Formats: sequence, structure tokens, C-alpha cells
Amino acid sequence: MEKTIAGKTVNVNEEGYLTDFSQWTKEVGEELAKEQGIQLTPRHWEVIDYVQDKHKKDEALSVRGIKKSGVFDVKEFYDLFPGGPLKKATLIAGIPKPKSCI
Amino acid sequence: MKNLVILGAGTSGTIMANHLVSKLDKKDWSITIVDQYETHYYQPGFLFMPFDIYKPSQVVKKGQKFIPKGVNYIVKEVELIVPEKNKIALADGEELPYDILIVATGSKTAPQETEGLIGPNWYKNIFDFYTYEGSKALREKLRNWEGGKLVVHITEMPIKCPVAPLEFAFLADAFFKDKNMRDKVDITYVTPLSGAFTTAEATKVLQYLLEEKNIKVVSDFNIERVDQENNKIIDYAETEVPYDLLVTVPTNMGDELIERSGMGDDLNFIPTNKETLQAEAHENVFVIGDATNVPTSKAGSVAHFEAEILMENVLAYAHNKPFKEKFDGHSNCFIETGGGKALLIDFNYEHEPVEGTFPIPGIGPLQLLKESRMNHMGKLAFRWVYWNMLLKGVPIPMVPSKMTTKGKKYKTQ
Ligand SMILES: Cc1cc2nc3c(=O)[nH]c(=O)nc-3n(C[C@H](O)[C@H](O)[C@H](O)COP(=O)(O)OP(=O)(O)OC[C@H]3O[C@@H](n4cnc5c(N)ncnc54)[C@H](O)[C@@H]3O)c2cc1C
Repeated sequence: MEKTIAGKTVNVNEEGYLTDFSQWTKEVGEELAKEQGIQLTPRHWEVIDYVQDKHKKDEALSVRGIKKSGVFDVKEFYDLFPGGPLKKATLIAGIPKPKSCI
Repeated sequence: MKNLVILGAGTSGTIMANHLVSKLDKKDWSITIVDQYETHYYQPGFLFMPFDIYKPSQVVKKGQKFIPKGVNYIVKEVELIVPEKNKIALADGEELPYDILIVATGSKTAPQETEGLIGPNWYKNIFDFYTYEGSKALREKLRNWEGGKLVVHITEMPIKCPVAPLEFAFLADAFFKDKNMRDKVDITYVTPLSGAFTTAEATKVLQYLLEEKNIKVVSDFNIERVDQENNKIIDYAETEVPYDLLVTVPTNMGDELIERSGMGDDLNFIPTNKETLQAEAHENVFVIGDATNVPTSKAGSVAHFEAEILMENVLAYAHNKPFKEKFDGHSNCFIETGGGKALLIDFNYEHEPVEGTFPIPGIGPLQLLKESRMNHMGKLAFRWVYWNMLLKGVPIPMVPSKMTTKGKKYKTQ
């Protein structure tokens, strides 16, 4: 599916996740965050950098991993992205949500 | 004389030894394989043991039986890999130099990673089924369990055979129905993911299974700790799920050896080129099976497909030729749904599982992403195929290492 956001046309799946990370820009990220009711702060951007870095290295994302990283504590992560923090952070960062094979 | 060393004689290492023994010139190359245990476990059988479908004796054999003649087999623990010096140190101090190294040390459960998981009730009303010991202990428990809240739980991804916990929930439903006590058991499936199914296609065609079997789902649950005193698991958002019997899949990690050797990521998986299967950091080190960080399922079928590609690439490397073959992430997996039926999925890095026919496009006889008895027969036959074909590196008829898109119903985008 195509979607126009921040003046750009991007491809997204049924759940609104970007299907091509190369189409992501900071402006797109900001707009996606607004759709989730989140106003991005510098702390949010640190989380976004962290999950994008994991994605580029093909490393798995988990809340426990975030705790172990020492960069954020989990409480803060939940406060920054209320609801499903991994689901929301990945959506805004333009990368796939953590998934299983089916 | 040059040395090729394989670490780990599980599914992947054993297949590689069988592939390479006939392909590498014996005059130039000596092949050695090392494993800490004498026993080879058929891990897919750990799913069936708790329900008395397989006996313990059907899932263990002596590893030696599957190591071909001409390969030097060492049963010892590996202490360290020193890639800068191209050598391995074994736990007893012995050293093995290598020219080419294949790391096939797999992944294993790490229950110590979750607060409160290992405690007084571990193997009393808290079990895993991802180890031989856990699966066997759970079998004893289920024989006499009188019912209550059964919670099937995944700690975090990735785990090997990611569908096994869901299969466990399905088989549990069938097991308690058979024992005429399904009304006494409440089954809840707890996952850190966004649902029991995470692709839109699978959710659409498989959601009915959960309703039909009356399995409740708690999603987005990121466990913080187990409260053994009050029999509940608690997540970071402070959601609590009470249990009478907790069947959990603990964090899966690569062996500590990888951490000791400074070669892994946070979970001790080795950063690996997903197409060539070469370690990112060392050109004469290759990685296969559950030990890699490549983004496909950790499964025996994947190890089998990877092995065909890796054999070509190792031979190319040994003869100073460029790599020709690229792994596409092919995975193929039967999913038990209980009551003598199963699903089958076939996918790779690029294509998610969809409906269709397999292995002959348009004909089958197996159906993709649809329940059938035939698929269940396929799952049971996998044990025979594993011991008699897969480990020996015999190609499985009509199932090539690279996935075909033929016979599959992809939506055009
Ligand atoms: C419950 C369950 C169900 C499953 N169902 C299926 C299924 O239906 N289909 C499917 O395809 N796959 C299934 N799998 C997954 C499959 O079993 C694994 O993906 C496969 O065995 C991986 O092979 P491997 O060689 O990479 O690792 P393993 O087979 O685990 O082998 C690793 C070997 O390395 C050795 N080792 C590790 N560290 C050291 C060390 N420091 N020194 C010496 N030796 C060491 C270990 O002893 C072990 O023998 C299932 C797994 C489980 C747990």
C-alpha cells in the first residue's frame, strides 16, 4: 500500500509499518509518531537510533535486550512509548516490528 | 596437510561433516569435529515427549553413529576460539589449529536470564520443554496433573523453532480432550509479540485455530520476573498472569563459548553474512545453524538447506575461488495442530508463508498454511528423515535448498 506522509510517498503494510527502510526520513518518523499520539523528544530519538542500529545489524530486539543495553531503563522505555513500546518504537523508526515466522 | 575443524556435532555440524568428507581431498585436508556430549538429541521430539507421543528412547542416539569414517571425532568441551591465531583450545588444554573453521554450536535455553525463573518450583510447577531434561520432567507432571491454569509462555525472541510453543498449546488441548479433562484446564498462550500469529496472512487463515481450541492469548507481554510464591508471571507494564502450571520457553542464547571468545552479539549469536554464511569478522570462519544471527528461523530444516550452500562455499574458499552460492533464508516447517492434523509452511528471507501446494507446484500432495492429516504424517515422518537422510546430508527428494515461489499464492503488490 502507498501512503503519503510528510510530503513523501512511502510503502507500508496493512498495519502501517514501512516496508522499505530507505524511504524513512526524520520527517516521516515525526509524522508517524504524531499518528501514535507521541511528540518526539531527544530521548525518543536515542531509542529510535538504538532500534535502527539493531535492525541494520540484523540483531533481535527485545525489552530485556533494552534493559541489558544500559542505555535506557525499561520504565523509561514504557513511558516514552506507552502501550506496546517495541511495536510503537519500530513503527516510528521505519523498521519491521519483531515477528515470528507466521 | 590443512585442517578443517567443525565445532558442534548437532544437526548442522553432523550434516557438514557428511557433506565435506567426500568432497575435500583427503591428501590435502584433515577434518575434525568436536562436541561436548556423546549423545545426539532429536530436539523436535522434545515437543512430543510431554504428551507421551514419543518415548525418551526415540529422541536420543549415540552421536558417533552419524559421524562418517575419515572424520576425526573428539568428545570434549571447547573452551575457546582464538580466531587471530587460527586455533581452538579444548577444556583439557589440548589445542587444535585450523585453516577453515565451521562453528555449529547451536543455541540453548538460558533460564537464568529471567528473574525468579529458577527457584524452588523449577521442575515442580514450572517447566521448559526445550531441553531433554525439561521435556522428560514435564511428561511425568502431565501424567498426573489434575488441571488448572496452564500457561504456555515465550520469554523473548528469537527462539529456535518459533512455532513450537504454539504447537505445544495445540497438542495440550488435544491431550486434555483425550483424557476427558479439557473442562478442567484453562490454556493461555503468553507472547512478547503482537499476537500468536504475527503476519497478516497467517492471522487471517489461522486465527480460527485459537478460537476452536479455546486458547486465550496474552500478547505484548515482556516478562520482568516470575513470582514463584504467588504463582504468577509479571511483565514490565505490571500485567500479571497467574498460573498453576507454567510451561515456559526461556531466553535462547548461543553457547558461552562464543561470549568467551568475543565473537557474539548480546545473545551470543555470531554476526554472519546471511548469504555466504561467512563470519562477518573472520574470512576463514563460517557459521551454520542456530549459532548464526541470520534473520530466518532457527530450525533443523534451515540447517539442512544452509549446509548445501555452505558446502559449496567452503569448497570455493578452500580452492581460492569466489563464492558462487547464496543462501536465501529457506525454511520449511510442519506445525502440529493436534488431533492428527498439521500445517506446513515454506518461506525465505523475502517471502512470508502463504497458501499453496508443496513440494510439486499445483499438485502437492502437501498443502501450505492449511490443516491436513497428510501434513501430520509429514511431521511424524520427519523423525525418520532426520535420522536417516538429513544428518547424512542426503538431499530430500523434490525439496531443493533454495525456495521456489511456484505453487504459492502470493498477493501481487
Ligand atoms: C522443542 C523443539 C522443537 C523443534 N522442532 C523442530 C522441527 O519440527 N523442525 C525443525 O526443522 N527444527 C526443529 N527444532 C530446531 C532444531 O532442533 C534446531 O534448529 C537444530 O537442531 C539446530 O542445529 P545446530 O546444529 O545449529 O544446533 P544443535 O543441534 O543444538 O547442536 C549444537 C551442538 O554443539 C555442541 N556444543 C555447543 N557448545 C559447545 C562447546 N562449548 N563445546 C563442545 N560442544 C559444544 C552441543 O553439545 C550440540 O551438540 C526444534 C527444536 C526444539 C528445541
